[in-house]
Amino acid sequence: MQYFIQQLVNGLTLGAIYGLIAIGYTMVYGIVGMINFAHGDIFMVGAFVALIVFLILTSVFAGINVVLFLLIMMVVAMVMTSLYNWTIEKVAYRPLRGSFRLAPLITAIGMSIVLSNFVQVTQGPRNKPIPPLITEVYNVGGISISLKQLVIVVVTALLLAVFWYLVNKTALGRAQRACEQDRKMASLLGIDVDKTISITFIMGAALAAVAGTLYLMYYGVVSFSDGFVPGVKAFTAAVLGGIGSLPGAVIGGVLIGLIESLWSAYFSIDYKDVAAFSILAIVLIFLPSGILGRPEVEKV
Amino acid sequence: MAAVEKSEPENNFALALREAFYAGLLSFGLFFLFVGLETTQNIRNELILVQRWGLLATLVALVMVVRFVFVAFILPAAERRKAHKAASNVVAEPNFVSRNFSKLAIAFLVIFPAIAITLSGLQGSLKWIDNFGIQILIYVMLAWGLNIVVGLAGLLDLGYVAFYAVGAYSYALLGHYFGLSFWILLPMAGILAAFWGVILGFPVLRLRGDYLAIVTLAFGEIIRLVLINWREVTNGAAGISGIPKISFFGLFTFNVSDPNYIAKVFDLPTSSVYYKIFLYYLILALCLLTAYVTIRLRRMPIGRAWEALREDEIACRSLGINTTTTKLTAFSIGAMFAGFAGSFFAARQGFVSPESFIFIESAIILAIVVLGGMGSLIGIAIAAAVMIGGTELLRELQFLKVVFGPDFTPELYRMLLFGLAMVVVMLWKPRGFVGSREPTAFLHERKTVSASFTKEGHG
Amino acid sequence: MNTSVSGMNEPILKVEHLSMKFGGLVAIGDLSFEARRGEITALIGPNGAGKTTVFNCITGFYKPTEGMITLTSKDGTQYLLERLPGHDINKRAKVARTFQNIRLFSGMTVLENLLVAQHNKLMKASGFTIMGLLGIGGYKAAANESIELAKFWLDKADLTSRADDPAGSLPYGDQRRLEIARAMCTMPELLCLDEPAAGLNPRESLALNTLLNDIKDTTGTSILLIEHDMSVVMQISDHVVVLEYGRKISDGDPSFVKSDPRVIAAYLGVEDEEVEDVLVQVGDEEVIEQLDGEPDPAHGPGASSSFMAGPISDTIGHSDPDGEVMRVSPGASKAAQVDALSKRAASAPAKASKPASKSAGSARSTKASKSTTGLSISNKLSTPRGGKPDDLLLIKGIGPINKRKLNEHGIYHFDQIAAWKHADIAAVEAYLEFDGRIAREDWIGQAKQLAAKSAKPAKRGSTK
Repeated sequence: MQYFIQQLVNGLTLGAIYGLIAIGYTMVYGIVGMINFAHGDIFMVGAFVALIVFLILTSVFAGINVVLFLLIMMVVAMVMTSLYNWTIEKVAYRPLRGSFRLAPLITAIGMSIVLSNFVQVTQGPRNKPIPPLITEVYNVGGISISLKQLVIVVVTALLLAVFWYLVNKTALGRAQRACEQDRKMASLLGIDVDKTISITFIMGAALAAVAGTLYLMYYGVVSFSDGFVPGVKAFTAAVLGGIGSLPGAVIGGVLIGLIESLWSAYFSIDYKDVAAFSILAIVLIFLPSGILGRPEVEKV
Repeated sequence: MAAVEKSEPENNFALALREAFYAGLLSFGLFFLFVGLETTQNIRNELILVQRWGLLATLVALVMVVRFVFVAFILPAAERRKAHKAASNVVAEPNFVSRNFSKLAIAFLVIFPAIAITLSGLQGSLKWIDNFGIQILIYVMLAWGLNIVVGLAGLLDLGYVAFYAVGAYSYALLGHYFGLSFWILLPMAGILAAFWGVILGFPVLRLRGDYLAIVTLAFGEIIRLVLINWREVTNGAAGISGIPKISFFGLFTFNVSDPNYIAKVFDLPTSSVYYKIFLYYLILALCLLTAYVTIRLRRMPIGRAWEALREDEIACRSLGINTTTTKLTAFSIGAMFAGFAGSFFAARQGFVSPESFIFIESAIILAIVVLGGMGSLIGIAIAAAVMIGGTELLRELQFLKVVFGPDFTPELYRMLLFGLAMVVVMLWKPRGFVGSREPTAFLHERKTVSASFTKEGHG
Repeated sequence: MNTSVSGMNEPILKVEHLSMKFGGLVAIGDLSFEARRGEITALIGPNGAGKTTVFNCITGFYKPTEGMITLTSKDGTQYLLERLPGHDINKRAKVARTFQNIRLFSGMTVLENLLVAQHNKLMKASGFTIMGLLGIGGYKAAANESIELAKFWLDKADLTSRADDPAGSLPYGDQRRLEIARAMCTMPELLCLDEPAAGLNPRESLALNTLLNDIKDTTGTSILLIEHDMSVVMQISDHVVVLEYGRKISDGDPSFVKSDPRVIAAYLGVEDEEVEDVLVQVGDEEVIEQLDGEPDPAHGPGASSSFMAGPISDTIGHSDPDGEVMRVSPGASKAAQVDALSKRAASAPAKASKPASKSAGSARSTKASKSTTGLSISNKLSTPRGGKPDDLLLIKGIGPINKRKLNEHGIYHFDQIAAWKHADIAAVEAYLEFDGRIAREDWIGQAKQLAAKSAKPAKRGSTK
C-alpha cells in the first residue's frame, strides 16, 4: 500500500509538470485551432534559461539562496520563453492564420526543429547537469515525499488557481473565450484579437517556463532533446483531457503522470510510454473528444 | 507624381532602418543568453559559462543587415512584381520545359548514374548515386505514399513512419528466419504494412482531424518503442544486421565473394558502385510504380472518392459513399507503399534499427508532402529533392571551412537549416510549390484547378 | 385537415410520430406526414420550425428520438430510414439531398462532381478498382456511360459550358443547380432539397422551378423540399406541409394552405388587441399574471414545446432525458392563438372589437378573471380627479396592463401611489401577483418624484 501511495506521489509530481505544459497546448489550440508543435521545445528552452541563469547566479553570488535563486530562474525563464513564443507567433504563425490548417502545423514542426537544433548548436549536445538545489526528503508514514515534489505540486496548484481566475473572471479571459468562439465577431466588437492571441501564447510559454524550471530542479539535468518526449506526452495529456479545456489539460497531465509511474512501478519501466500512448488511443476511441472535451456538432 | 516617387525610396530606407533596429533589438534579446553564453564542462566536470559576446554581436549585426535588405529591397521588388502581374492580363504560355517536365525529369533520372560516373569517375560517383540519388528517391517514394493519405484523402497521419518500420523489419525478420529472396519479401512487406494500416486505421479513422493526428503520432511512437523493447524478436536498440544484399534475380549477385559476382561475370573492376547503381534503378522503378498507381487510382472511382472525401465528407455520405471503407483503403494503400520503401531501405542498409524510425521522420515526410503541394506528384518530388538534397549538399560545402575555421562542421547545421527552410517555404507558399490540382476528367479541356479552391480535409 | 385531391398516388415517404430531442430541447414533436410518389411536397414554416431537422432525420444525419420514417421504393421494398447507416440511405433507399449551405466539392471540376455522384455504380463496374486498374472488365464502358449521364444533367442544369471549371468558381445560382444535378446523378427516387431557392433572384427562381418541374415530369423522381420562397412553393408544389415550433399546423394542397388562418397567423401574427385574450386562453403565464386571469388548459401548446418559442420566460423548466418535456411561454405558437381565437369567436357573443383601454380592461378582467377580489387600497378613488388621471405609465414598471388594473381599482394619480403604506403595497402585490416588484422598482419613490414634479396642488385629500 505504501508503495502504491509512493507511486501516486511520484505520478502526481510528474503529472503536475505535464499539466503545466499541457495548459499551453490547450490554450493555444482553443484560441487559434492549431497544434503548437514547438511548445515542447519552448519548455526545454525554459529549462535551459533556468540553467544558464543558475550558472550566472552561482558565479556572481557566493552562496546559494535556494528560494531566491529559484524565483529568479523562474522569472527570467518566463520572460525569455514569453519573448520566444511571442516572436514565433508573430513571425511564423500569424501570417498563416487563415483557412489552410496544415500550413501552420508544418511551420510549427519546423519551429520545433529550429528551436531544439538552435540549442544544440549553441550549447552543445551533451547533458547539462547542475548540483541538486533541494535535497530535503520527508518521511510521512513510510512514504518518502521530497521537498522538491511538494514544491512542484504546490507551485502548480497555485498557478492553476491564478490561471483559472484569469480565464474565468477577468476581461482578458473573457476576450480569450470570445476569440475561441468566434474570432470575427470578437474583433467586430472591439476586441484586439491579435493582442489576445499573443497574450495567450505568452501565457502558455510562461507556464512552460515554470514547468522547465521545476523540471530542472527535479531531475537536475537537462539536454537539448528534452523537449520532444515531455512535449508529446503533454500534448497527449491535453487531448486526453479534451483539447480546449483548461481543467481537462491538468486532469490529462495528472492521468498521464500516474499511468507512467504506476506502470513503471508495477509492470515494466520499458513500456511505460507505450502504456501512456495506448491509453490515449483507447480513450479517444470511446470518447472522441477527450474526457472533458465538448463534442463538436457539425452543422449540416 | 515624381515627387511622391522620389520620397518613396527615402521613406523606404527610413522604414527599413527602423525595422532593422527592432530586429536587432529582438534578436539581441533572443540570442543573449544562448549565443552570448555557452555552457561547457570544465576539467572538473562542472558546468561553467563561457562568454561569447563577439559571436553575439556578429549574429545580431547579421540579423539587422538581413532585415534591412529584406525591407528595403526585396519587399518592394516583390510588390512591384505582383502589381505588374496583376496589371498585365497576359498569361504566360507554358514553355517547353514546363509542359514536358515529367518526361524530361524521368529521362534525366534514368541517365543520372551515367552522368555521375562520367563526371566523377566510378568511385567518385558512389557518393552522388547513393547519398543523393537513392536517398532522395526513398523520400520521394515515402512522400508519394503519404500523399495518398494526406494529399488525396485529407487524413492527417503523423505516424507514417510506423508502416515504414513494419516494412523494414518484416523484410529483415522474414529474410533472417526464412531466407526468402527480396523479390518475394518485397510484396510481402507491402501486404503486411497494408494489413497493419487496416488494423490501426479501423478504430481511429472516425476521429476528426487533429485527434486523428495525435493518435497516429501515438501509434508511430508505440511501434518504435515496441521495436526498442521487444528484444527477443527485434533485438532491441541494436537492431538486426547482416541483411543479405539483393541479387539480380538470381543471375548474378553483388557480393564480392560469390562466384557469380557481377564483376566476374562481366569482367569489370571490382567496386561497390555496381550494387548502388542497381539499388538506384530499383528505387527508381519503385517510385515510378508508386506514381503510376497513384495516377491511375486518381482516375478510378476510389481515387475520386478520396479527393471528394477531402473536400467534404458529409456531402460524400449523402451521395452514398461509404466513408469508412474509403478512408481505410487510402490508409492501407498508403501504408503498403511505405512497406515497400521499408523493405528497400533494409536491403540497402544491410541492417535495421529503431533509430531510423523516429517521429521526426514522419514529420519530414509530411513536410515534403505539404511543401510540395498536396496531391501533386511533381511538386512533392521537387520538394524532396530540394529539402533532402539541399541538406545533403551541406556535407559538400567543405569550402566553408575556409571561412569559418577548421572546426566548422556544416552537418551540425543540417537540421537547423531544414527546420528554417520548412518555416520559410511555408510562409512564402502556404499551399506548397505546386499550388494547383489536375482534374482527372474533362469534357472539353483539362483546366488546372487553383489550390485556392481545394480544401485540405478534416480527416 | 384537408387531404390533397391530386390523385391516388401512393406515398413514397411516410413520416410517423417523428420526434427529435436534443437533450432537453424538443426540436420536433410528434410529426407525421406523407410525401406521395411523383409529387413535389414542400415543407414550410417560420424560422426555427424544425424543417432542416426533419430533413436531417430523414437523410440520416440525426438519429430521431422517436418515430418511424419509411421509404417505399418503386418495386415495393420498404426501408426504415431511421435505421439505415448514413450512406445506405442514398445507396440503397435512393434518397438524395442538397444542403442549406452548399456542399460542393469546390476543388474538383463540375464534371468531377457529377462523376463522384456515380461512385457506387462505377466501383462495381471497375471490379472494386482491381479490374479497372489492370484495364480489364467493363470499366471503360461504364466510365463513358457515366460521362454521358453527367452531360445529360449538365445540360438540364444549363452548366455544360462550365463543365471543366472548378466548382468553387461558379456563381452562387450555378452552384445551387450543380448541387441538384449532382444529387440527380445518383438516380434517386426521392430528392430532398434544403432551401434550393435561397439567395436566388426571381429570374433564377423561375429557372429553378422549371428545372424541378422537369425533374418531376421526366424522371418520376419525387421531390421533398424546404423553402421560404413562396413563389417557388406555391407555383410548383403539389402538397404543402406547414410546421411551426416543431409541430405540424397544416397539411394540404397549396391553395388550402395559403388560406389556412393558422398558417397566416404563424407567418404574419395575430391582431394586437386580441392578443391578450388569446394569450390568456392559451395559457401565457406572464399575461395571466398581469391580467389576473387563468389559463385554459384545454387550449394552446402547453403540452407541445419548442425551445425556440417566443419570449423565454421564467416558465421554462428543464427537461431530463426521462421524458419530461420542456415548457416554454405557451403563448408563442401563433397557430394555437388562432385556434383559441376562433373557438372563442364561435362560443362567445360578439363584443366590442375595439375597446377603449380602460373600459375594455375592466370588462376583460371581469370576464377573464375568476377571482376578482377588490383591491383593498386605502386611498382609492372612484374617478380620477378632474377626470384627468395621471399618466401612470411614467412610472417604470407600470405597463399599460397594470395601469389599467390600477385604474380599475381607483388609483389614478401619482400621489396616491406615493402615499401607499405597507399594507397597501402588500395588497397591490398580491393582486397583481408580483413579488417585491413594487419595492424593487421603487414605485413609491418614483411616484413621489413625479407627484412633486407635476406640482399640482392636491385636489382632494388623497391620502389618509
